[in-house]
Amino acid sequence: MQSLVIVAHGSHLNPDSATPTHTHADTIRATGAFDEVRTGFWKEQPSLREVLRTTHGDDIYVVPLFISEGYFTERVIPRELRLEGWEPELWNSDGISADTATLVASDIDTEVYYCGPVGTHEAMTDVLVRRAESVTGDPEVGNGFGFAVVGHGTERNENSAKAIEYHTERLRETGRFDEVKALFMDEEPEIDDVADHFDSEDIIVVPLFIADGFHTQEDIPEDMGLTDDYRNGYDVPSEVDGHRIWYGGAVGTEELTADVVLERAADAGADIGDAIARVRKQTSPTTQAVGE
Amino acid sequence: MSVADAALSATQLAAFKQQLAAAPIEYDELAAEYDADEDTYHIETPDHQTSLSGDELGTVADEQAAYISNWYFHTQQVTTESKQAFCRWLELADDRPVPTRYDDLGAGIDREWGELMITTTLAPDGGRRYEIRHVDDSGVDDGALTPHTDPFDARDIGTLDADGQYRPLRTAPSLDSGWIFPELTADAVYEAVEAFYPATIVNWHREQRGKLDIDHWRDEQDRQSGIYNLITVLPDEAVNWAAAACCDDSQCLKRREWQLSEDEPLAAEGGDGVFPCRAPCSTVVAAGREWAKLEREDTQTYEFELTPSEKEQIEAIIDAVADGTVNEIREADLSEGANRYRARYLREKRFDDDATLSGTPTYPDDHDGDSE
Repeated sequence: MQSLVIVAHGSHLNPDSATPTHTHADTIRATGAFDEVRTGFWKEQPSLREVLRTTHGDDIYVVPLFISEGYFTERVIPRELRLEGWEPELWNSDGISADTATLVASDIDTEVYYCGPVGTHEAMTDVLVRRAESVTGDPEVGNGFGFAVVGHGTERNENSAKAIEYHTERLRETGRFDEVKALFMDEEPEIDDVADHFDSEDIIVVPLFIADGFHTQEDIPEDMGLTDDYRNGYDVPSEVDGHRIWYGGAVGTEELTADVVLERAADAGADIGDAIARVRKQTSPTTQAVGE
Repeated sequence: MSVADAALSATQLAAFKQQLAAAPIEYDELAAEYDADEDTYHIETPDHQTSLSGDELGTVADEQAAYISNWYFHTQQVTTESKQAFCRWLELADDRPVPTRYDDLGAGIDREWGELMITTTLAPDGGRRYEIRHVDDSGVDDGALTPHTDPFDARDIGTLDADGQYRPLRTAPSLDSGWIFPELTADAVYEAVEAFYPATIVNWHREQRGKLDIDHWRDEQDRQSGIYNLITVLPDEAVNWAAAACCDDSQCLKRREWQLSEDEPLAAEGGDGVFPCRAPCSTVVAAGREWAKLEREDTQTYEFELTPSEKEQIEAIIDAVADGTVNEIREADLSEGANRYRARYLREKRFDDDATLSGTPTYPDDHDGDSE
């Protein structure tokens, strides 16, 4: 019996914080690839401390729905899950290459597969592309478009910027978009000057965040000049300094993120059959209406 | 449904035979074994003792059929120990013998789990069906409630309260009403309850077995890192105030079992909830961090001029906010201290132009601003 446990931050203030976690859990549950799919949160219930005891599987795969490798994935989550003998070196990662560590969780006296976060998996690049397609409503989008991947910055965690740079480079290598840049909220190059960093008239802007919250819904739209007051909303696209800004919001809300969770579990050895292909097809914008 | 109506399905019979081929059964006053040499099944229940061939098993007495379907449901259909324990609790299985219980299940057995009313009934095949609704809706016609079939809908129902406010604490007694899960299987009722009140069943089950692991406040303090390290400086007496403020039954339906430490109980009431709270939750820890910051301040002596009624009014306002009764005070009921007009009047009278009470400065002149 296989169990999947998606662990995420959650919030005491924002009910939307957990929405992507629940949505992706539902998507994966519907594939039947796992006998059970559980969710656990730092700020909501069940807590990280108690989520493993809600599982019943023999093979338990834990996937952090976090963007970068750092304080939460390397310290808080392993501690709260009681992963005996954990140390970040077990991931043997340079900050963006975490894979899987197999450790006994003392809460349930069972070995669990502790996977790297979704944000540093290569498949997250595909989710960024998918968001570009869904926000423009064009499955072929790329030609004539610039793409800004937005991160928080290095204020708290240098790996945060590494994850942004990693996907920026991978997007650039696809050659699909005319220009691809990494921009940040609290360090240079800053999102405030988005138009200055691109020659392309059309710029897709996607924050590499898991959930929408005040950073992605309030700060970034206001910082870019999409609106003076987020409460008044903004158009997609919006005109800023002669550029059309296609603002996509947090990439983690894109349904295809469920695929990255599956990839992480599969990399750790989970037998998930054709679930990845099915999720890719099911969440494709060509088979469903484009979201707001 | 009466005992006489109970019948065994082919699936139940097959499972019964298969189990007896491996080992005897003893479950809820049912004792059964298979004698391979004689090819005979010996079945004993309180009022019947029979020996039957395999072909005759379909014609067991009704009482025995009920015992066998009871065994089949609780051990073969319900998997995992915590689900089994919960389903037995839901139908008072440890308190009522099978014939009585089957009679009661005909009308439905109600149990309350937090604000959930869970009703167990007998399915035609001897299995169980479950209905969940809000306890406040116990007398409401089914047709007046919004029906749900997917147990994971419980997650969305529990996200906002009746006023549309976010419920970060799922076990707060603020669950909205007006919905019903009319017919759930055992697996589905477990998932729905898990979605309404995460991890409560598994912790209750650990407690039932005497294996609930409790993380006391000092354990929690020792484990924190980052910004929550600050709770290490929260004074012990403040932990008691925090528990009284946050963990009272009026605020959370869990029964607080954690203390300051195993040997240092808190004076605050732990509550009477059916499911236990085994550790300070993230809400309490986050609140504790704020109180740790606030408790670093020294007290000051202030001098205010208030009439006795004004002093009592301030106390009434604090009570109304703390008890969440502000919205219950009628607009024109000026006898209530926390009435909006009364509060506005007091503000006009006692605040100066800087919104300072009685013009008394909050900080001494040498104060250099808020420090964290």
